Amino acid sequence: MDRFLQYALTGLSAGSLYALVALGLVLIYRSTRVLNFAHADVATFGTFVAFSLLVGGRSLWVALPLALLTGAAIAVVFYFGVLLKAQRQGATQLGQIILTLGLALIFQGVTLYGWGAEPDRFPFPLSDSKVWKVGPLYVNELSVGTLAAAAAASLLLYLLTQKTRLGIAMRATSENLQAAQTLGIPTRQVLAFSWGTASALGVLAGVFLAPVLLLDPFFMLDPFYKALAAAVLGGLNSLPGAVVGGLVLGVAESLAGAYVAVEFKNSLAFVLIVVVLLFRPEGLLGREFQERV
Amino acid sequence: MDLVETYREELRFVRKPIPRALLLLLLAALALLPLQASSAWISRASLVWALSVGVIGQNLLIGYAGQISFGQAGFLAIGAYAFSHLRIVGWPFSLSLLAAGSAAGVAGWLVGFPSLRLKGPYLAIATLGFGTAVYQIFANSEVLSGGRMGLAVPELEPPFGLSREIWLYWVYFVIFLLFTALAYNLVSSYVGRAFVAIRDSDIAAEAMGVSLTRYKLLAFAVSSFYTGVHGALLAQYLGHLEPQAFNITESLNFFVAAIVGGLASVEGSVLGAAFVILVPALFGDFRWLVPVLFGATILVVLVFEPLGLAGAWLKTRLYFRLWPFR
Repeated sequence: MDRFLQYALTGLSAGSLYALVALGLVLIYRSTRVLNFAHADVATFGTFVAFSLLVGGRSLWVALPLALLTGAAIAVVFYFGVLLKAQRQGATQLGQIILTLGLALIFQGVTLYGWGAEPDRFPFPLSDSKVWKVGPLYVNELSVGTLAAAAAASLLLYLLTQKTRLGIAMRATSENLQAAQTLGIPTRQVLAFSWGTASALGVLAGVFLAPVLLLDPFFMLDPFYKALAAAVLGGLNSLPGAVVGGLVLGVAESLAGAYVAVEFKNSLAFVLIVVVLLFRPEGLLGREFQERV
Repeated sequence: MDLVETYREELRFVRKPIPRALLLLLLAALALLPLQASSAWISRASLVWALSVGVIGQNLLIGYAGQISFGQAGFLAIGAYAFSHLRIVGWPFSLSLLAAGSAAGVAGWLVGFPSLRLKGPYLAIATLGFGTAVYQIFANSEVLSGGRMGLAVPELEPPFGLSREIWLYWVYFVIFLLFTALAYNLVSSYVGRAFVAIRDSDIAAEAMGVSLTRYKLLAFAVSSFYTGVHGALLAQYLGHLEPQAFNITESLNFFVAAIVGGLASVEGSVLGAAFVILVPALFGDFRWLVPVLFGATILVVLVFEPLGLAGAWLKTRLYFRLWPFR
């Protein structure tokens, strides 16, 4: 039983990061119906900015906000500079997905140019070698920090979307763009804000993932695919679904690694994707948008 | 006046004598290329022919039938490994090639089933999952991938004392011509029009009597058959297979080629394939520059020239058709 709880706890900490990445994906999907393939690469770039600042001797309280702002700025510029232009020319959904793919490739190259392909150790104030014993369980400092950061970010996002005027505007825009425009909501600014917030969430996840994994230009790809699976599991257009999906996937992975086979751990996410899409494509908490001919 | 008077004329590939002569000249020049070019360029050109087959397959699926697939690397791996194992057992080249295509085609047909229910981003994620699953199966199974040493593919023995790379070039060129001709015929037939109808609106297509089940599955099967053949050609070219060659980046290359070349265009696919091979060949010294160029080209193409290189080529042709009088 203790072993079970220990693995579940490890899974929760990994799952909270999947949830953060998935939240960013879902936020963008439900506001603009675009699956953002650049999420991982922009987040990687932001994490490397934080890395440079930390190595340069700045504290985390300076480095983290600057990195988040960098990620947000890239997404906002991409939204206004590229996506809006393409949408005005009537780009299809496929075309918009491919645009994000182009952005991903550009930032992959830029990160390679700026920091090279060799893995770096991320200097982080929290470490996973400092361990406390709580009852029968071992808890390390990093996973506590990760859980706290993910919980705080999810809570802030919840308050933002549910309790503020901006949040109501965001929900209205994602529900029905034309109606929101008619009611005087500045939809473009609202959508740009959604893109920026989502991208900042990705960078936050990257900063907490980097101490666990080694930092190289491709370190976010694997968590990104997992987060994609988590988002599908929870429902691509449901924010609570992203959190639930991320946590469920994290725990399931950790338990599968412990009780079934370690090789199975990495394939689980993709098995899950196929099963969910076959039997409940809208996900656990999702509701699919209706389409007219 | 340039009028199309009969349906047969409409179906004909080149209608005027001068373009036909130019086309024949171009084909002759490409066929004779290996006699002049250096060996590095011969192998690059052979790779372009092989990749063109795969990109045409990808384009049939995403450009004509409008079904997003990020799993092409999976079909590529199935084709390449089926081909290599059959070659090792001793099958001849042509039979192994067909079998590789068929194996990938059957896999594509099976993957097509979820596509009957899934659309847009959901289909993209499902196919991404398939591609990664295939990659992990090959990476984890020693029997299939030949273990740590990889899988060595028997060489193609050239007849008439030709050099190996020139023979490979001609074989690939002929295979490429065959599959291109097949693709042109497919897209101008009932099947191609059914694909386009499904892409533009599947519900409307069904109302017009197009069987969604049959044609979506057919699109997946044909596309992955092409990709499987490409996988076989790639395996023969590399001579040595490792699962690493079939990760997700490889699927992205197909995408870049199809987009840059031009969606729903067979000749665009060939131009796109040439782009994807030539850019790394020219900028190989700057590893970081290749993804930046790919990404920037995608953005520029989609925002300014959504029809890709094929669209730019079409505009040039239209300009010169009326040239002195405009």
